[in-house]
Order: sequence, then structure tokens, then C-alpha cells
Amino acid sequence: METRHKILVLDDDADWLALCREQFSALPSHPEVLTARDAKRALALLETEKIRLLVSDLKMPRIDGLQMLAIVRRRFPATRTVVLSGMEDEEYRSRAYALGVDLFWLKTELQRNIQMFNECLESLLGQLDREGGDTGFRGVQSKSLMDIVQMECLARTSTVLRITRGPLVAKLWIQEGELIDAECEGARGEAAFGRLLAWKTGTFENLPAEPERERTIQKPVNTLLLETAQTLDETAHPSAEPDSVESNLHRQTMWKLAQLTREGADFVVVVPLAGGEPEAMGTQSVGPLADWARRAAEVARRLGERLEAGPLSHIAGQAADRQILMLVREDRAFLVGWPADALENLPEKSRKLVASWES
Amino acid sequence: MGILKRLFGTPATVQQLPAGTVTVDRQGQVVTSTVSSVIPVALLESVGRDVLELFREARAAQSPLAEVSLHFVSLRITARELRGGAIIFLFPQSATFTTQKTAHP
Repeated sequence: METRHKILVLDDDADWLALCREQFSALPSHPEVLTARDAKRALALLETEKIRLLVSDLKMPRIDGLQMLAIVRRRFPATRTVVLSGMEDEEYRSRAYALGVDLFWLKTELQRNIQMFNECLESLLGQLDREGGDTGFRGVQSKSLMDIVQMECLARTSTVLRITRGPLVAKLWIQEGELIDAECEGARGEAAFGRLLAWKTGTFENLPAEPERERTIQKPVNTLLLETAQTLDETAHPSAEPDSVESNLHRQTMWKLAQLTREGADFVVVVPLAGGEPEAMGTQSVGPLADWARRAAEVARRLGERLEAGPLSHIAGQAADRQILMLVREDRAFLVGWPADALENLPEKSRKLVASWES
Repeated sequence: MGILKRLFGTPATVQQLPAGTVTVDRQGQVVTSTVSSVIPVALLESVGRDVLELFREARAAQSPLAEVSLHFVSLRITARELRGGAIIFLFPQSATFTTQKTAHP
């Protein structure tokens, strides 16, 4: 007799649980869906039932999702874990993956990508079938992206690697061990792959393969890895020849300008808070804007301390002809100017621009 | 009596975040306020002075601002310039869960 997999959904919202039950029961493998509204009940079910997959929220009363996942990882290592949360902060994604979670998905993205999410769940359940439930290793730590790509290609897998670094998201399409396409920071193909390999940290997840994806990368992955490594090495240790230095600076300037144009920002001013020359693009008023940014950072620090309001997320300003948004990263402030009529999520767009600028 | 208090000390106090609207004149003096009287006026005036400084510095940088918002993790301060003074809105933030709830269909 065919046994049905059991999925346990943990969330404190009853309506959400009902929706998940309906949704997951309709998966092609027809799993049995159990639900729990708190961690205590979920742990009881994990003890008594053979749960293959736990889908958990992060924000819950008493034991929160991260604590719960740590317990499950320790006590039920064979259970696959998926986080389905409304917390958009990238820190939660990183912390969840650090706990060995198999998949992190935002509730806000669920409606848009329900098909892909279902495929991921099926894929996780399928893996269990192939692996006999409790075999195989999980977790890749202290490995560079080059290592990860090489591993996937050597294993001749078909997958989509989704790599996240702060607010930046990139994707690599691997089909039967061949790298066929890449997307990163607005670039596609080999340029995107080169850009992506410059990332030093991040998290990755495997999404189901997309065999229909158009091929934009023709070179073998090893050649591409070698070429990219060489380029990165040249960038990290630039030749002392004036022509080479100038060419590198020119390339960096062009890249930053392209980022600015692509996002639709008017200018960026990078201000070292401890003093020093600001770096800017797209504005002539570098000095006065840098002075304002330093003063604003100081005012925000004072206010934050005095009111015990927690860390500063950002400062937004509205002028007659433009909007400005300031982010503080360690010892630097990034002041981004936007057109007055820009309506999209400016903090998020600014974070992306700054992350891209810093990389 | 009181030995436990001496051993463990008094519990840490949690400061209440200000919520409401304050108008300040060009010197940063509070003109009107809907913020709880638990919050000292001096604290509100210091917020007013800081906010006015941001407007003043923006004018000096040839980039005058009509509105400025400081987004902290637990508090948002939004200020609009008002004939030399400012109207300041203080919104305590109820953490990160609004997104989660709105995500539910």
C-alpha cells in the first residue's frame, strides 16, 4: 500500500492554516496535512507522527519559529524544514538557513510563485523518497560560490540556484550539469555570472529546474570559472601600470553609473562619517550634501539614544524637486537622490543600489 | 526585609515611546502637543531642535526639505516644516508583523 507523506504546518493563524491545508493537500503526491497553532502542539505531533516535512512560521507566541527549528533540527534530523514567513528582513532568511532550514519562502511571494513553491515542496518530499528518508548530507558552510557551482555541475544536476546577498538576488540555471544562464544585478549571461562570483557571502537555495530556460551561456562552466577567477584576481591585485589602473577605474565608474541609471536614481553620495573625501555620482553638490548626511547621521544617533528607539533603519526626505534617502552602513552614510515622482518602495530600492554599489 | 532587593537590585525600567503630534516654533519650544504628559516636555523640545537642525542644514546644502522622516526600528519620526517651526509626528512601530498579517488572503 502506498504511504502518504505527512506535512506538518505550524502557524498561529487559524485562517492561514486552513488555507495551507487546502493548498498542500492538492499537491500531486497528495500528502496528509497536519496543522498546529503552537510549537508545543507541533512537537507533540512530531513525537507521535512520522512527519516528513515541517512548514513553519517564524513569529509565534512563546516558542518562536527559529527556536522551534533549532529544536527540530536537533531532535528530528530527518525531518525536512521549510520556513514560510512574513518577515521580509534578510537577517531572518540568513538565520533560518544557518539553522539548516531547507527552504525559506516569504508569504508575500507565495501568491505570485505558488506553482514554484509547490514544486519545491514536492521536490523535498521526492528527495526523501530517493534518499530513503534519512540519508545524505545537508548544509554547505565556508564554501565559495565557485565550489558550489562546481559541485552542482559535477553532480550533473538540473536545478536553479537562487543566491541571496542582503537585498540582492541572483539566479543560476544549471541543466544536466551545464550552466546555461545567469541573472545578477540587472545583467544576464556571462556578465551576470562574473558579477555574481564577486560576491563573497550570501545564502543559496535550490529551486526546481527550468528546462525550458533560454540558453545564454555557451562556454563550458570550467572555462568560465577560470576566466572569472582571473578577472577577479586582476581586480583584487591591479597591475601597477597606469593604463591598467585607469582602465579599472573607468570600468568601476561605468558599472556604478549603469547601476544608478538602471534603478532610476538621480545621484548617490557615499560619505565616510569619520571624515574624509566623499564619493559621489550624479550630483555637483557633493560637499554640502555630504555635510548634511554627516549632520543627519549625528542627529539620528542622538535621537535614537535619547528616545531608546533602537537602531536607525533609514532617513527619508522630501524636497520640492526630489526625494532623498539615507542609509548608514557601519562607518559610511549613503545618500541616494530620487526623482520627486518616484513612488516605488524607495528604502528597498536604495538598499539594493547600495548593496550593489558596495560590491 | 529588602534583602532580595539588595541582592538583585531593582528591575530595569522600560521607557515608554512617545506617540502623538507635537508642533514646535522656530526656537524649538513646544507650542501644542498630543503626546502623553508622561513624556517630559524637555525631551520633546530636544526632538524639535534636532528636527529643525535637519531642515536648517538641508537649506544650507541648497536642498531644502519640506518633510523629513527618521525611521528607527521601534519609532518613526516624521516632521514637516511649518513657517519656521515644525509639526512632528511620532509613531511607535509595532514591529515586523504587519506584513505577515496583510499577506494573508
